[in-house]
Amino acid sequence: MAQDLKPSISSFSLPKTLKLKTKQQELLIRVATLALIYILAFITRLFSVLRYESMIHEFDPYFNYRTTLFLTRNGFAEFWNWFDSESWYPLGRIIGGTLYPGLMLTAAAIHSLLRFLRLFVHIREVCVLTAPFFASNTTLVAYFFAKEVWDSGAGIVAAALIAICPGYISRSVAGSYDNEGVAIFALLLTFYLFVKAVNTGSLAWALGSAFGYFYMVSAWGGYVFIINLVPLYVLVLLVTGRYSLRLYVAYNCMYVLGMLLAMQIRFVGFQHVQSGEHMAAMGVFFLLQVFFFLDWVRHLLSDTKLFQAFLKITVTTAVTVGAVALGLGMASGYISPWTGRFYSLLDPTYAKDHIPIIASVSEHQPTAWSSFMFDFHILLFLFPAGLYFCFKRLSDATIFLVMYGLTSMYFAGVMVRLILVATPAVCLISAIAVSATVKNLTRVVRAKSPAVQSGSTKGTSSAKGSSKGVIDNSQPFQRNGAIVLLLGAFYLLSRYAIHCTWVTSEAYSSPSIVLAARGAHGQRVIFDDYREAYFWLRQNTPPDAKVMSWWDYGYQITAMGNRTVIVDNNTWNNTHIATVGRAMSSYEDEAYEIMRSLDVDYVLVVFGGVTGYSSDDINKFLWMVRIGGGVFPVIKEPDYLVNGEYRVDKGAAPKMLNCLMYKLSYYRFGELTTEYGRPPGYDRARGVEIGNKDIKLEYLEEALTTQNWIVRIYKVKPPKNRW
Amino acid sequence: MKRGMMSSILFPILFAFAFLSSPVFSASDLILAKVDRRIDLTSQVVRITTSLKVENTGSDVVSEILLSFPENQAKHLAYLKATLVEGKGKVKTSSGVGLPVKAVQPNDVPPALTIYSVSLPKGLEKGHSLMLNVLAVFTHTLQPFPEKINQGDIQLLLFQESAQYLSPYVVNAQSLTLKLPDARIESYSKLENAKLQGSELKYGPYENLPPFSFLPMVIHFENNQPFAVAKELVREIEISHWGNVQITEHYDIIHAGAQSKGEFSRLDYQTRPYLRGASAFRRLVAKLPPRAHSVYYRDEIGNISTSSLWGDSKKTELEIEPRYPMFGGWKTAFTIGYGLPLQDFLFGLDGKRFLNITFGAPINELVIDNLFVKVVLPEGSKDISVSVPFPVKEGQETKISHLDIVGRPVVVLEKNNVVPEHNEHFQVYYKFNSLSMLREPLMLISGFFFLFVACIVYSHVDISISKSSASYLAKLQWDEVQAITQLVHGIINRFLIAHDKLETSLHDLSRTGDVQACKATRKSVDSSLKELSKELKQPLAFLQSSPQAAHILPKVEELVTKERELQEKLVLKHTTVVDGYEKKLGGREIENRIASYQQKITALRREVDDLMDLIDEI
Repeated sequence: MAQDLKPSISSFSLPKTLKLKTKQQELLIRVATLALIYILAFITRLFSVLRYESMIHEFDPYFNYRTTLFLTRNGFAEFWNWFDSESWYPLGRIIGGTLYPGLMLTAAAIHSLLRFLRLFVHIREVCVLTAPFFASNTTLVAYFFAKEVWDSGAGIVAAALIAICPGYISRSVAGSYDNEGVAIFALLLTFYLFVKAVNTGSLAWALGSAFGYFYMVSAWGGYVFIINLVPLYVLVLLVTGRYSLRLYVAYNCMYVLGMLLAMQIRFVGFQHVQSGEHMAAMGVFFLLQVFFFLDWVRHLLSDTKLFQAFLKITVTTAVTVGAVALGLGMASGYISPWTGRFYSLLDPTYAKDHIPIIASVSEHQPTAWSSFMFDFHILLFLFPAGLYFCFKRLSDATIFLVMYGLTSMYFAGVMVRLILVATPAVCLISAIAVSATVKNLTRVVRAKSPAVQSGSTKGTSSAKGSSKGVIDNSQPFQRNGAIVLLLGAFYLLSRYAIHCTWVTSEAYSSPSIVLAARGAHGQRVIFDDYREAYFWLRQNTPPDAKVMSWWDYGYQITAMGNRTVIVDNNTWNNTHIATVGRAMSSYEDEAYEIMRSLDVDYVLVVFGGVTGYSSDDINKFLWMVRIGGGVFPVIKEPDYLVNGEYRVDKGAAPKMLNCLMYKLSYYRFGELTTEYGRPPGYDRARGVEIGNKDIKLEYLEEALTTQNWIVRIYKVKPPKNRW
Repeated sequence: MKRGMMSSILFPILFAFAFLSSPVFSASDLILAKVDRRIDLTSQVVRITTSLKVENTGSDVVSEILLSFPENQAKHLAYLKATLVEGKGKVKTSSGVGLPVKAVQPNDVPPALTIYSVSLPKGLEKGHSLMLNVLAVFTHTLQPFPEKINQGDIQLLLFQESAQYLSPYVVNAQSLTLKLPDARIESYSKLENAKLQGSELKYGPYENLPPFSFLPMVIHFENNQPFAVAKELVREIEISHWGNVQITEHYDIIHAGAQSKGEFSRLDYQTRPYLRGASAFRRLVAKLPPRAHSVYYRDEIGNISTSSLWGDSKKTELEIEPRYPMFGGWKTAFTIGYGLPLQDFLFGLDGKRFLNITFGAPINELVIDNLFVKVVLPEGSKDISVSVPFPVKEGQETKISHLDIVGRPVVVLEKNNVVPEHNEHFQVYYKFNSLSMLREPLMLISGFFFLFVACIVYSHVDISISKSSASYLAKLQWDEVQAITQLVHGIINRFLIAHDKLETSLHDLSRTGDVQACKATRKSVDSSLKELSKELKQPLAFLQSSPQAAHILPKVEELVTKERELQEKLVLKHTTVVDGYEKKLGGREIENRIASYQQKITALRREVDDLMDLIDEI
C-alpha cells in the first residue's frame, strides 16, 4: 500500500519543493532560534574566562576537578576504589563510595571523546566548560518540555528564558565545575521524559526517564527531590481522578528501573528501599498496584454493591499492611529515619538549632526577597500569571508543571541554593505566561488587519463605518491596547535580558580564588593570595605534611596545594571538624596538644584585615566556636563575646584575644599600618584597631604570609627537648 | 666552618701526593711563559678565563696542549672553550671559533686530575709560541657558608682554588685575579703576594714554578645574587608550517644558595625588602627573541599575574615574578610559552629544511641541571638530523597533538649542567612536503562534510525497523494526508488571491469607471476559479477516502463550502456593482444594493481565514 501511495505524494508536492512552505519556514526559524539560544547560553557563561582565565572556581569544584584528574589518569576501576589518604587525616575518605560520580564521569567521557576526535585538550578546559555546555543542553530540554506541556512557542520562550536566567547561571558559569551544573540538566530531562511518558503511555519514554533519573542520581544528591515529587504528582493525579493506564505504565517503569539503576551508585546504595526519604515513592508504587487491581476487579464485577464492599476491604487491608510494614521497618531500624538535611528543608529553623554545620554555610540560609528578585527578575511576576494559564488549560502535563513550580518555590524559600532547582520551573511557567499572552495579543493585532485592508479597498469611508456593523465597533481601541501591551511585554523582556547579563557579569563570574579590586587609578588590582599560598605549600613543604585549616579551604588545599588536610568541605564527620574548631578557639598551649595529637605540621588561616576582605576566618570564627562547642563543652560561646557582642578590639573578651585563631590572624599585625591616618594594627575588614597587638607565638612560627596577608601559614614547631 | 676547613686541608695533602708521584710531565717540551687567570665570582656561576702563552722548547712539533683540573672542580665543569689568539703585540684578536677539546686520561697522570686536551689547528714548532684563551665555567662550586641563614642574614659563600696555576707544564710567570661582587669580604687566604683592591683580589705574580704546583686559597665573601637553579627544564619547540614556532618551557626552579631557616615574616620583608630578604630573589628576566608574541606565564594551578613584557626590534624582555619571593632552598615551578615567527628560524637548504634556534634557556644567569630540548616537527617529517655544537644525548619520540593521526616526530636533546654559555644555535634538518600542510584542514573539512551528509541522510532515509507495522503505515498515511491538506490549503489560498483580484477590479472601477476592463478581469478570474475548482477535486476526493483524514475532513470540507459561499457572494456583488455602473446608478445606490453582500462577505472572509489558520497548524 505504501508503494502505491508514494508516487501520488510526489506528484502533489514535488513541483513546490524549492519554495519553502510556511511550515518549513517556521521550522527553519525555530531551529535557527534554538541554535542561537544554544550558543547564547554557552557564551553568556564565559565572562569569567575572558576576564580572568580558564580556571576552576570556588571550593567544591576543586574537589571535583581533583577527582576528575585522578579518574583520567588512573582509570575508572582505580577511581571507584580510591581511598584518599590526603583528606580527613588520620581517618581518610573512601572517595569512590562517598561521592556522586556523574559529573566526573561526564567530564572524563567528554575528554576521551575529544581525544578520540584528535582534539588534545587539557582535562581542565573540559571541566571548566562542562557547566556551560550542559546549560546549553538544558535550554534544549526546556524547549521540548514546554513544547510538550504547552506549545512550541512556549518552548522557544522557555529556552530563551532559561538560557540567561541568573538563578541558573549562578551555578553554571564556566569554571563552576560542580554537580549542579549537570544535575539541573538531568533533573529537567527526567521530568520531561516522565511527562512525555505520562502523556503517551509509552514504555520507551518511561525507560528514557528511568535513565534520566539514573543520571541524576549519579550526579547530585538533589535526586531526592525527583523521587519525592514524582510520587506526589502521581498521588495528586489519583486523587483528582486522572488515573490512567498511561500513568500506570510510566510510573511503574520509571520507578522500578530507576530504583534498580540508582542502586548501582555506591553512595546511594540501598537507600531506595531503606531510607525514610524514599518511602513515599515506594508507597505510591504499591498504591498504584492496588488501584490497578481494583480497576480490574471492577471490570470483572458487574455488581456495584459488591464492588463497593470489596473496595472497602481492599483499601483497609492495603493501608493497614502498609502502615504495619512501615512501622516495623522503622522500629527494627531497617528503614532509616529522615536525615537532618531533609528535616531542615521541611522546617527551616531545624538546622539552626540542631546542626550548626549546615547552618554555618551561607548558601543554606533562608532566601531573602532581594535574592529572589536578583535571580528571577520579571519571572517572579510572570510565574503566577503562568500558573493561571496552567490552571486554565489543565492537563496531566500542566499539573506536573504546577506541582514542580510550587514545591520548588517553597524549597527555594527555605535555602538560597535551592533557587537553582526552582529556576527551570519558574522559567517554564513564565514562558507559558509570556507565550500565551503574546500569542493572544498578536491574534488581536493580526485579526484586524485583513478586515482593515478590505475596508480600505472599499474606498468611501462613510459607507465603511455603517457596513462594518457591530463586530468592529470596539476593535480599534482593543487593537491599540494590544499593541501597547505587546510593546510593554517586549520592553520587560529586554529589561530581563539586560538584568541577566549584568548580574552574570557582576555577581556570578568571579572565581573567588582570585580576587579583583579597582586600584586608586581605576586599574584592576588582582589579589592572587590563595594560589600563592597553595602553591607554596605544594612546593615548599614535605609531601606528607598535614595542614590544618577551617574546613572551607580543605578541598582547595588538597587540589592546589597537594597536601593532606585534617578536614575538608565534605563535612561528613562533625566531631573531626569540631576538634579543629576547638583547636582554633583554644589557647595556644591547649591547641598545641590537639595539633600534636592530629600530627599537624602547618596551620593555615585566612585573614582579610589588610585588604578588607570580609569572608575571612575571624568572621567565621563564631561558627568554629559553635561547632567546637557542640561536641566539646569546654568551648563556650559566651567566653568569646562581650555582652553578646562579637568584637576584636580592646573591648574584646580575654579568651577571644588569646585564642589561637586570633593570635594566628593578628600575629605581628599590630606593627603594620594598613591605612593612612589610622593607628597601626587597624583591621580594615572590621574597621577597628585590634585589641591585642603584642602577640607572641610559642609553639608555632610564621612560615608564609602572602603578599596581601590574605593567607597566613604557620609551622607547628616540633616539641621541645625535655632536658 | 668545620666542613669548609676540612676540604681546604684535604687539598694540599691530595696534591702533594699527586705532585710527588708524577714527575712525568716535567720532561715535556712545552712551557707556559705567561699565565693570567681571571676568576669571575659575581654570580652563582664561576667563570675562569685563563690566557696562556705557550712556548715549545723541545724539538718535536706539538699539536696538542693539555689542561688539567682537579677532580672536585672537574665534576662541576659545565663549559670549556679554548680559543687561539692571533696577532702580535697590542693588537690581539681572539677568534670566536673554539678549538676541539676532548677529555683524555694519560697513564702517567694521577686519577685525581682530569685532563683535557686541546688540539691545535696546526702544530707548534720548535721555538715558536702561541697565545691561548681558555674559558672554563663551573656551577655549584660556590659553597654557602653558613649553610642555613635567617631571613635577615646575608648570604656568605666560600670559594676555593689554587693560587697557582695547576698545570702539567712548567709555568714561568703567572698571576690570578678574582673579581668579587661589590660587597663585604669576610676573609681570604693571606698568601704571599696577595693584594685586595676594591672588589678585586690579586694573587701573584709567581714565577718559575714546576708542573703541578698547587697553592690552595679560600675566600669567604658576600654574594646576594639570585642562585636560581633549574633542577629540570623541558623546552618544547613546536614547528607549525602555518607560520609559527611555539616554544613552551617548563621550569622547575630552586634557590640553591644558603637554606633559609626560621620564620619568614612578611612584615619585615615588605617594609625592608633589601635588608630582610637580601638573599631572596623575587624576579627573573627572560630575554626572548624579537617578535615573540602570545607570551604566557603560568603554573600547574593557573595563570600567574605578576609578569611584565616589553620589547623592541632587537629583543623581547619578559620579567616574571614567582608567586612568592624565593628564599634559600625554596622551590617553584612554572611554565612560560611564546610564539615566534617561523621565517626567523626556519630556513631551506638543498631541498631540506632546517630549524636554527638557540639551545639554552632565555632566563639570565640560570643554571640548568637537566635540560631537555624537544623539537616537535610537523607530522610527516622525514630524514631528521641534528647538529649541536657541543655533545648532547639524542633521542626520538612521537607526540600526538591536535588532529594528528600517527603523531609528530620529536627530537629529544638532553644535556646536564647547562650554563648561559650554552645559548648557542643548533640546527635540526628534516624533509617535509608542503602539501602535507593541507592535510589537517582537509580532515576538518571532510569531517564536517560527512557530518552534514550524515544529517541529510538521516533526515531522508526511512530507518524504521518494521516496514509493515500498523503504526508505521499509519504514519506514512498521515504524512500523505498532511501533504495533501497542505495542497488544499494552497489551492484555497489561490482562490482567495483570485477573490482579491475581483475586489481590486471593483476598486479600480470606482476610481476609473472603466467597465470593460472590469469585465475582462472578471472573465479571467472566472476561468481561473473554474480551473482551481477542478484542481481541488482530486485532493479532496483523496481526503474523503482516507481514514486517517477523518478528523480533519470536516474542517476541510467546511473550509471548502465556506469558500464556495464566499465566492458566490463575491461574484454576485461584482455583478451587481458592474450592473450598477452600466445602468449609471449613483454611488450611494450601488452601496445600498451590495450592503447585504458586503456584510456576509466580511464575515465569511473572516471565517475562511480562521479555518485556513487552523488547517495550517495541522
